[in-house]
Amino acid sequence: MDLNLLWFGLLGVLLAGYAVLDGFDLGVGILHPFIRGDRERRLAINAIGPLWDGNEVWLVTFGGALFAAFPEVYATLLSGFYIPVMVILAGLIGRAISLEFRSKVTSPRWRAYWDASFFLSSFVVTAVFGLALGNVVRGVPIGSDHEFAGSLRDLLHPFAFAVAALAVAGAAMHGSIYLYLKTEGALQERVRPWMTWTFAAFAVLFVAVTVFAVATIPHATANFERWPLAWLVVVLNVLAIANVPRAIHRRRPGYAFVSSSCTIVALVFTAAMALFPNLALSTLDPAWSIDIYEGSSSQPTLRLMAIIAAIGMPLVCAYTAIVYWVFRGKVQLDEHSY
Amino acid sequence: MELDLVLLSRAQFALTVMFHYLFPPLSIGLGLIMVVLEGLALRTGDMRWEVMARFWTRIFAVNFAVGVASGIVMEFQFGTNWATYSRFVGDVFGSALAAEGIFAFFLESGFLAVLVFGWDRVSPRMHFFATLMVFLGSCFSSVWIVVANSWQQTPAGHHIVVHDGIARAEIVDFWAMVLNPSAPHRLAHVLLGAFILGAFFVMSISAWYVLHRRHDVVARRSFVVALVVAASMSWAMLLSGHGQAQMVAEHQPAKLAAFEGHFATGTDGTGLYLFGWPDAEARRVHYGVEIPNLLSVLVHGDPDRPVTGLDAIPPDEHPPLVVPFLTYHVMIALGMAFIGLTTLALYFWWRGRLFDQRWLMWTFVFAVPGPYIANQAGWVAAEVGRQPWVVYGLLRTSDAVSRSVPEEHVVFSIAMFSLLYLALFALWLFVINEKVRHGPGPLPEHGRDHDLLQDAVEATRRRGAEGL
Repeated sequence: MDLNLLWFGLLGVLLAGYAVLDGFDLGVGILHPFIRGDRERRLAINAIGPLWDGNEVWLVTFGGALFAAFPEVYATLLSGFYIPVMVILAGLIGRAISLEFRSKVTSPRWRAYWDASFFLSSFVVTAVFGLALGNVVRGVPIGSDHEFAGSLRDLLHPFAFAVAALAVAGAAMHGSIYLYLKTEGALQERVRPWMTWTFAAFAVLFVAVTVFAVATIPHATANFERWPLAWLVVVLNVLAIANVPRAIHRRRPGYAFVSSSCTIVALVFTAAMALFPNLALSTLDPAWSIDIYEGSSSQPTLRLMAIIAAIGMPLVCAYTAIVYWVFRGKVQLDEHSY
Repeated sequence: MELDLVLLSRAQFALTVMFHYLFPPLSIGLGLIMVVLEGLALRTGDMRWEVMARFWTRIFAVNFAVGVASGIVMEFQFGTNWATYSRFVGDVFGSALAAEGIFAFFLESGFLAVLVFGWDRVSPRMHFFATLMVFLGSCFSSVWIVVANSWQQTPAGHHIVVHDGIARAEIVDFWAMVLNPSAPHRLAHVLLGAFILGAFFVMSISAWYVLHRRHDVVARRSFVVALVVAASMSWAMLLSGHGQAQMVAEHQPAKLAAFEGHFATGTDGTGLYLFGWPDAEARRVHYGVEIPNLLSVLVHGDPDRPVTGLDAIPPDEHPPLVVPFLTYHVMIALGMAFIGLTTLALYFWWRGRLFDQRWLMWTFVFAVPGPYIANQAGWVAAEVGRQPWVVYGLLRTSDAVSRSVPEEHVVFSIAMFSLLYLALFALWLFVINEKVRHGPGPLPEHGRDHDLLQDAVEATRRRGAEGL
C-alpha cells in the first residue's frame, strides 16, 4: 500500500471536512451584517454556537497531520506564507473572542462592536484561506533548498484573489443555506433570497476561476488528461451546483445543504488533482517542487499515523455525530445561549 | 538596531506559548473539580452539588474558549517560525501532535458543546459523561504535548537520517519515543501543577464568597473539595519534583547545574542554595545561602558524592544561568508554600474552625497567582535550561529558525499577538469577574425537593433570559 498516497488522501479528507464544517459557520459570520436586530443576530450566532469550536478542530488536526506526514511541505509553505498565516490566526482568535464576548454585556454599542469584529474576522479568515489555496494550486517561488524564495508580493496574484473571492462566495452560500435550515419564521424568510444571491455570485466566480485556471495554469489539467475518470467528479460537481437552486426553489434546504457540501468537497478534490503528486509547487523550476514522496516523513511514521487515524477517525466521526444530534433542529434561545 | 532572527523568533515563541499556558492548566484543574462535583450530585442526589457544577462550568467555558483561541497559534507556528526545526523533528514530533489533534482535541471540543449548552438537553448521566470526556480530553492533550516536549529534552527511540545532505530525526521505536526518559516524570509534574492551579482558583473565589457571606453553602463546599485536591496534589508534587530533579541530574546535567548555580564539580558533597544570584562571569553565586551536601543527598542519596558542575560541560553547551536559576527557585519556594498553606487549612478544617479564620480566607483569595507563577516558572526553567539546544544534544536553537522569513515579519507578528493577547486577557478578566459577581444560581431549600429545584431552575432561566 502506498502510504504517501494514503496520507495525501487523508489530508484532503481533513481539509474537505474543515471546509464543509467551518465553511458554514464562517459563512454565517460573513452574512452577519445583513441580519437585523439583536434577537435575530443572536439566533444566527446560536445556530453555530455549540458547533464552531469543534469545527475548527478539523483545521488544527489538518495542521498536525500535515506537520507529521509531510514536514518538508509544512515547513516550506507555512514559513513562506508567513504573513497570510498570521492574519488567519489573528482572524480565528478574533472570531472566537467576538463570539464569546458579544453576549456577555447587553449594551448596544458593545454588541455593535463585536458584530463588526465577528463579520470582519470571518470574512478575512475565509478570504485569506482562499488566497493561500489559490497560491498552492498555482505554485510559489521555491528554491532548490526547499525554502520559499519569494516575497509577500508574489502571493498577491490575480488568480489567488479570484480563489479568495470564490471562497467568500462559497462560504456565504453554504452559510445561508445552513441558516435557512436552522431558523424559522420571519428570519427564515429573510434568509431565503440570500441563498439565491450568494449562489449566483458563487456560480459566476466558479466559472471564472475554472476558466482562469485552465487558461493560465498548464499543470492544472494535466492529471485530468491522465485519468479521464476524474472528470466525473467535475461533472458531479456541476450537477451538485445546479441542484442548489433547484432544491432551494422546491424548499428542500436539506438537499441544498448536502449539495453545497458536495460542491465544497469536489472543489477540494479538484485542487488536489491539480497539485498531485506535488504538494508545494515551485514556479522557479518544476524540479524544485516538493512532492508527496520527497516531502514526507519516513515509512514507519506514516504507517504509525495510519494506525492512529484508523483508531481515531471513527471516534471523531462518532462524537461529531453525537454533538450534531444533540443540537439538531431549529435554534432556540435559552439561558445557556450566547 | 540590528534585528536578530533567532532572538525575535524565541521572543515570539515565548510570548505565544506563555500566554497560551495561562489557560490550559485551569481547564485541566477546574475540569477535575467539576467531575468531582457532578459525580457527587449524581451519587447523592443532592442538587446543591449540581448548582456548584453549573457555576464552575460557566467559568470553565470562558477559560476554555480563550485557551482554544490562543492554542490554534501553537499548531502552526512551528512551521512559520521554526521551519528548520520542523523539518528536523517532523517525523517524531509531528505524530505526537497529530495524535493530540485526533484523540484529544476532538474529544474536548465535541463534548464541550454538551457540557456548556447541554444541561437541559441531555440526561444528568449523559452530562456527567460529557464532563468526564472533556476532562479526559484535556488530560490526553497534555499527554501528547508533554511527550513531544520531553523528547526534545531527552530524545529516544529515533535515529538520525541524512536526506540530500540535510539531517533529520526519524522514529525507530514509537514506544521508546513516547516513554522517553523524562516523559513520565514531566507528565505527572505538569498534571499535578494543573490540578493545584485549578484547586487554588476555586478556593480563591470560594474564600471571597465566604468572606462576603454570599452563596455560603456553595462556597464552603467548593472550598473543601478544592482544598482536599490542592493539599493532596501539593504533597504529591513534592515527590514528583524530587524524582524530576534526579532525572534531570542523570540526563541533562548542564540543566541541573544551571538550576542550582553549581559551577565546580569538586571531589566531595555538593550543597544546595536556598536562594542567591548566579554570576556566570565570576563563576559563583552571590548572596547565596547554601545548605552543605544537601544536593548530593537529594540527587545521589549520598552526602559525599559530587554532583556534576558546569566545569564538566563544554562552554559552548552552557545554558544561560540567571533565568533558569531564579525561575527554578521561585517554583520550588512556591511549591513549599502551597504545602504549608493547604496543610494548615486542612488542620483548621479538621478542628471545624476553617471558615472562622478570616486571615486564612483572605490569604487564599490572593494566593491564586501563586500556582500560575509556579507553572510558568517551571516551564521557563525547563525550556531555558535546555538551551543552547532546541533538541537536546541534536539541534541547536540558533540553527532551527525559518531562514526564509524576514525579521520585520516576525516583528509584525510579535506586535500583532501582543495587541491581540492584551485584548484577550483583559476580556478574560472582565468576563470571569462578571461571572463571579453574578455568582451561582439560587439553591433549592431542601436538597432532594424536586419542585423547589424546578422553581429555582425556572427562576434562573427567567433571570438569564432577561439578563441577555
